[in-house]
Amino acid sequence: MTTVSAEPRARKVLDPSSGAAARRRGGWRAVRYTILIVSLIVVLIPVYVLFVTSFKGMGDATPSRTWFFPQNWTGENWAEAWAALSPSLLRTFAMVIPAAVLSALLGSMNGFVLSRWRFPHANPIFTLILFGMFIPYQAVMIPLVQLLIDLEVPNGIPSLILLHVIYGIPICTLIFRNYYETVPMELIESARVDGAGLLRTFFSVVLPISIPSFVVVLLWQFTSAWNDFLFAVFFSTANNGPVTIALNNLANGAMLSNYGVSMAGALIASLPTLLVYILLGRYFVGGLMAGAVKG
Amino acid sequence: MGSKFKTWGPGLLLISPSLVLLAVFVYGFIAISFRESITDKHSAAQATGRADVNLVGFENYAALLSSEAFQHSLRNLFVFTAVFLLGTLLMGFSWAWVMDRPLKGEGVFRSVYLFPMAVSFVASGVVWKWLLNSNQGEQASGLNRLFQMLGLDFLQNPWWTHPTYGILAIALPAIWQLSGYVMALFLAGFRGIPDELREAARVDGATELQLYRHVVFPQLSPVALSALIIIGHMSLKSFDLIMSIANQSTYSTKVPAIDMYNYATVYDYANSAAVGIILLVLVALAVVPYLWYDARSRKEGR
Repeated sequence: MTTVSAEPRARKVLDPSSGAAARRRGGWRAVRYTILIVSLIVVLIPVYVLFVTSFKGMGDATPSRTWFFPQNWTGENWAEAWAALSPSLLRTFAMVIPAAVLSALLGSMNGFVLSRWRFPHANPIFTLILFGMFIPYQAVMIPLVQLLIDLEVPNGIPSLILLHVIYGIPICTLIFRNYYETVPMELIESARVDGAGLLRTFFSVVLPISIPSFVVVLLWQFTSAWNDFLFAVFFSTANNGPVTIALNNLANGAMLSNYGVSMAGALIASLPTLLVYILLGRYFVGGLMAGAVKG
Repeated sequence: MGSKFKTWGPGLLLISPSLVLLAVFVYGFIAISFRESITDKHSAAQATGRADVNLVGFENYAALLSSEAFQHSLRNLFVFTAVFLLGTLLMGFSWAWVMDRPLKGEGVFRSVYLFPMAVSFVASGVVWKWLLNSNQGEQASGLNRLFQMLGLDFLQNPWWTHPTYGILAIALPAIWQLSGYVMALFLAGFRGIPDELREAARVDGATELQLYRHVVFPQLSPVALSALIIIGHMSLKSFDLIMSIANQSTYSTKVPAIDMYNYATVYDYANSAAVGIILLVLVALAVVPYLWYDARSRKEGR
């Protein structure tokens, strides 16, 4: 850093391709790559551990071998983890898909009305909706427990779908609202002039151009519902709950937990969201940013 | 009036399901939680309506806040939040800064740094529990074993089982998981700064370092504020990671969200709700000013 500021500044401006400047850029580039590569290795350490340990048999259980490749690669841990988790994987899909679709639909309607329909008090209403995104769910949990018992909503997936839809509305509304803000008002107005009411405008003009936002919202809701543990632990058990509960049970429930099996299980449980991230990363990041960047 | 209703009536129809749901499940239930928290509903019999419940005012809050166990949870929460914030902001900001100017292979680095965000805390807890194994010496595994192999034996420590600083060990996986997110935020911030601004500073004779200090960094303060709020409110709600690594009965890593769960499992709904409301107040202290500021800037932006 000191060498950078010590350089005479005039040279940089007048002749950026001079030897000194080029060397300096080269040196800085080496520093940048070193930082990035060291970070890369550190970030990937847990992945290495997960992968290697999941293929280890009992022979590799001694502490001195923990960081090395297995002596004998075995698929037993994977078979055992799969047997323990596969029923819950199906249940998780059955929970996540309807939850994502329903909250996305509600979010798109809200986002549209609150940004493009000159709705009275749209801004304060939007702020009140947004607050729901930040609340700690611990602050509504006891009434929820009591309500779902009183209404006799079955524990497990049905309860969880309901909760993920309702508490997903704020973030979905935010993402759609931010997107619709970029849709030219003229497009809406011209439909209105043509005599289309709100519903016609929404379904025939707005929805067709909302596909990119739907992808972002669906991926976001899919991931957050898939990874949820708090609602799952209050409203389901390992026998009727999603994969996070089953995995926690596999890793922490038994008297003697076998790290090989839990790590294979952790990889299995993470595979769907990781695939989404790898294949559709751009949209996933879109959701992440929407969570922070204000409207 | 009639024609006015014609324009916004259908809009109301479209958003009313959401409004009703949120009015009940967010605001209504916060009110009910508060109502529960000022009762003496501490037993299963009361929770199921087989025994009387009385209002006791702020007694539960007073008892909680003066109890050593809950103070321990709050202290853990603040220590954890401070380290979590510092770690993610530092890592995320550094990565973004290093990548500010285009770099070959940048996409790979970005994707790898961000991927932990796609994984559940429960799954990452499985591997971090292994990495943060408290055994040392002969029996050491995880990071302690790695330290031995690297000749850094003095770094070995009991991690999350340490009675006073155990909670700091939980901050490590949290930082691992969310630094990439903060990086993505800062990177968007860096890239959002118009090139003309940088060029103007260069023409004025600013060095690269001066350029960053006086031109680029000040432009990033809204991003830093967003990151602070997002990570801060996540941190205050921390639950999954602690459950997965240390589980609910470990005193050294206890935070209010864990207390809330523990009270609920023994049907102490009054204390459970009180802890929930305390968490809400903590989050609201950070988030309400932010939302207010956001709403105001939206109004002015119009």
